[in-house]
Amino acid sequence: MGSGRLYAAVAAGSFRRYATYRAATMAGVFTNTVFGLILVYTYLALWDEKPHLGGYDQAQAVTYVWLGQCLYATLAIQGGGAEKDLMERIRTGEIAVDLYRPADLQLWWLAGDVGRALFQMLGRGVIPFAFGAVFFPMALPTSVVPWAAFVVTLLLATVVSFAIRYLAALSVFWLMDGMGVNQVLMITGIFFSGMVLPLNAFPGVFGDIVRVLPWAAQIQMPADVLMGETDPLGAFVFQAAWAVALLAAGRLLQSAATRRVVVQGG
Amino acid sequence: MGERSVLLEGLRAYRLIAGMWVRSSMTYRTSFVVTVFGNLMVTGLDFVGILLMFSQVDSLGGWSLPEIAFLYGLSVTAFGIADLVLGSMDVLGARMRDGSFDILLVRPAPVLAQVGADRFALRRLGRITQGAVVLGWALVSVDVDWSAPKALLVPVMVVSGAAIFSAVFVAGAAFQIFAQDAAEVQNAFTYGGTTLLQYPPTVFGKDLVRGVTFMLPLAFVNWVPAAYVLGRPYPIELPRWTAFASPLVAVACCALAGMAWRVGLRSYRSTGS
Repeated sequence: MGSGRLYAAVAAGSFRRYATYRAATMAGVFTNTVFGLILVYTYLALWDEKPHLGGYDQAQAVTYVWLGQCLYATLAIQGGGAEKDLMERIRTGEIAVDLYRPADLQLWWLAGDVGRALFQMLGRGVIPFAFGAVFFPMALPTSVVPWAAFVVTLLLATVVSFAIRYLAALSVFWLMDGMGVNQVLMITGIFFSGMVLPLNAFPGVFGDIVRVLPWAAQIQMPADVLMGETDPLGAFVFQAAWAVALLAAGRLLQSAATRRVVVQGG
Repeated sequence: MGERSVLLEGLRAYRLIAGMWVRSSMTYRTSFVVTVFGNLMVTGLDFVGILLMFSQVDSLGGWSLPEIAFLYGLSVTAFGIADLVLGSMDVLGARMRDGSFDILLVRPAPVLAQVGADRFALRRLGRITQGAVVLGWALVSVDVDWSAPKALLVPVMVVSGAAIFSAVFVAGAAFQIFAQDAAEVQNAFTYGGTTLLQYPPTVFGKDLVRGVTFMLPLAFVNWVPAAYVLGRPYPIELPRWTAFASPLVAVACCALAGMAWRVGLRSYRSTGS
């Protein structure tokens, strides 16, 4: 139980750290609202041209846009969460200090990223979403059950997002520089999470592939669960399976990497 | 005469500082090539998104793919040039917080030139290249009866557009002196602006179109002149000559942004710890 408290404290500390930057948070709210507006109009034009694209009606497409803006910083879709600090610590060698801590490295960073995600959701995500709900017709459930299921998918989405970025950050043990990896994270994140276009509107075989990749767990799944477009249990299984697989891969890579750290630490 | 020498001095300082950053980025050539390529990929994603949309529909807001590619190419190329020249403006907030902005103030060179050239990144050529390629494709695929004024308008749009976006960067930097920690507000207008202009004006609400035509005149980067070139009606009524007004708008924007920058600089208070 004691270790549970430790990780809760790490998460709380991370939450507070992000909460310090108030002006930056307000600026982020503004930016996400502006981008939401631009995207919402283009989606409406697109759905005007082709109603029921990807199985969504217009209200669902609008909901998808604002949910994307809400989750953009929360799930660090283009990167910039815990992995950024982790990469820096690996590059400078400070990671050696982390390894001496009587805590699990992966869980430690996961706790920090969850705290960050929670703050970004409350501080930066809720307002653009509420703005969208006030000014545009959205398809939101009125009963408690879909909202509860939505909260579960969000938690799972946070873990999957972290697990991908953790793997990417560990690569710096070998690459020594995170710039290229960050670019790959950005491209894959924006494109395969469905920031550009809902994944169910991707055409043909390409669409089929994109929808089973782990990035689909990040915006597409929460959106479909919220709007009742998919069976919540199926979504949970999909997300949890990716979370477990990616976290396990992270552990393997981590043990390989920490064997290197002795060499690097000299 | 005094104004002129300040300008020349600024350009000289800009060239020297930018040159230093270029040399430092060239130290690791492979890394440089990789980042240019990465930049090209990242910026190309927007257009891939548009292509994905057009895999499902034949037109958006009544405009065809080549027409939207024309808007896209103009917006991205113009923005890319402004971003190359002044894109480092968003580190200004960080420089003020850590106090290193004060160093720029005491150096014997115009501050705007120093801030603009700060971390000058040649990798941003990736965005310009990508925009220019799409623009090139649009020019050969779009169905336009080219006349001399129309053909001339294309390079005029790119240059004026770059100037308008540059003004937005400078005004944003001036705003950062007041707001300090709000670099992202600037992103809403710079990155948000170029994203907006990638889609036809008919897609957006009339109030939004009015706003970016009369209040923050981004529409003169491409929407207004491009509507004339393509022979498309503009959603709000404008006199015919406005199709050629982009250079005037650009000059006015730059003058206003310059004034905002001066006011911002004069009101700057150091962290003073």
